[in-house]
Amino acid sequence: MKIVVCAKHVPDPNMPMEVDTGTKRLKRNPAQSILDPSDEFGIEIALQIVENEGGEVVVLTMGPAAAEDALRRAMAMGAERAIHIIDDALAGSDALGTAKALAAAIKAEGPDMVICAVESTDAYTGMVPGALAELLNLPQVTFARSLSVEGGAVTIQRATESGYQTVQAQLPALVTVTASVAEPRYPSFKLMMQAKKKPVDARDTGALGVEPGAVGEAGAKEEVLTVELIREEKQGVKITDEGGDSVDQIVAYLKKIQVA
Amino acid sequence: MAKRVWVWTEVTDGAAHRGSLELLTLARALGTAEAVVLGPADADALASIGNHGAAVIHHGDDARYAEYLAEPQAATLATMVGADAPDIILFSSTPSARDVLSRLVAKLDVGVIANATDVRYDGDDLRVTVPWGAETTGTVTLNGSGPHLVQLRPKAFAAEEVGGQAEVKAVDVAIDDSTLRTRVVENVVEASEGPNLEDAAIIVSGGRGLGQPENYSLVEELAKALGGAPGATRAIVDAGWVPYSHQVGQTGKTVKPTLYVACGISGAIQHIAGMKGSKYIVAINRDPDAPIFELADLGIVGDVMTVVPKLTEQLRKG
Repeated sequence: MKIVVCAKHVPDPNMPMEVDTGTKRLKRNPAQSILDPSDEFGIEIALQIVENEGGEVVVLTMGPAAAEDALRRAMAMGAERAIHIIDDALAGSDALGTAKALAAAIKAEGPDMVICAVESTDAYTGMVPGALAELLNLPQVTFARSLSVEGGAVTIQRATESGYQTVQAQLPALVTVTASVAEPRYPSFKLMMQAKKKPVDARDTGALGVEPGAVGEAGAKEEVLTVELIREEKQGVKITDEGGDSVDQIVAYLKKIQVA
Repeated sequence: MAKRVWVWTEVTDGAAHRGSLELLTLARALGTAEAVVLGPADADALASIGNHGAAVIHHGDDARYAEYLAEPQAATLATMVGADAPDIILFSSTPSARDVLSRLVAKLDVGVIANATDVRYDGDDLRVTVPWGAETTGTVTLNGSGPHLVQLRPKAFAAEEVGGQAEVKAVDVAIDDSTLRTRVVENVVEASEGPNLEDAAIIVSGGRGLGQPENYSLVEELAKALGGAPGATRAIVDAGWVPYSHQVGQTGKTVKPTLYVACGISGAIQHIAGMKGSKYIVAINRDPDAPIFELADLGIVGDVMTVVPKLTEQLRKG
């Protein structure tokens, strides 16, 4: 069983997000960027499947040099090796452009399963996995809150608005997973040291055979025209509390807006 | 110029989905609203879609669209687009909407804009509003060949009963067996725990700042004292403190209550996306620089463990 897990290096979601109004892109500070926490669930379930079935977990990312940090983290969790799609020509790719580059790298691997998070924590469009499944001509098994592999088929519980669906597809397949699918392990110091020596295969668009015009800013069909800062003039009041002394003011406020 | 607007319309448990009906309001503002329903739908569901403003319903009445995920629907939509060329197709933000849309994007090799809150045309130029975080809004367009594909956030528009009656046209596209690969074996409806977050007028939510799972009860007690519903951030749902049904945010529920009280919530983008539309926001957090304060009408820089129980006690006293 070979599983490719797609991962992303994203700005720490606990830091405020900033958009560069000049480049109209999200400001990405490598020092405050991490492996997307939503990718850890996919890595964990992939590791568990391979621990049961045998095989290997390959982690794949696309991004600038700093994104290798996300791959090292995934390898510290237990992924055996990594593929890093890295090329300046990829900057500014939209969801479909990203899916095209990822698909090229995955095709060369011919995995039994591709695992993605439902969406990334920074861009959160959730458009890459489905596009990727179409480009790879794989069935897409999505929003998994639990997952099992048996007899060449994958079965999931797919989270729905009113409960869940049991959904099944033959492998190979692409699966998207939610946070409920597995509890990510915390890498030990030893594994973190070992991960530094694991192989990262860097590939550019030439090596992948991706048409330069299909990816990056050149291939992006989505164009951001303007970015506006909207500091909503809420005229909010900020009070520093000492030992609960703000409670009277909160109650007065709730009375003012007629909810208490 | 009036546009031909298709709304991918979901019918679940026999009824038209609220998120799809909301988009018919936008579709009517842009031009001619046409609903595309792939899968079984009874006369009541179709009447409701007409009543919400669809002039035409393209109905593919085949159970396989519901039994197999995404692929047969995406294939049929691609064929329909080729034959009928709408200007724009609108999708809601449910799991199935995202599945079908993302597959269609690659099939048609066109662009897509996700998480939008508004769509307009300046002449033929598409202008889509996409909020990023608490403080930034982008205006985005799509280049290249059509149709324009846009996915909208829930509650960006209100569903309106306009009393119309739709002309139902059968979708005449054969389903290719090769698209029947991801099968729904079973559909399970789970009784939701606690009050319905989406309809609550008051919501009290907790985040990581609560420190440990046991402290979530402080949020529940304050919610109870205010007659509201308890919510949560993705961080504490991921950590297993509370069930997913409580999650407010991009991957959880989108809420617009009269009052939203954020307890120990820093204000990560994922959370803000789901609660930004609240009328009044009160935030209690230890970190004075937390982004949540930029949204708050009343911000309390302080310890949730002290402030929240005292507030509950005070409210109980009346």
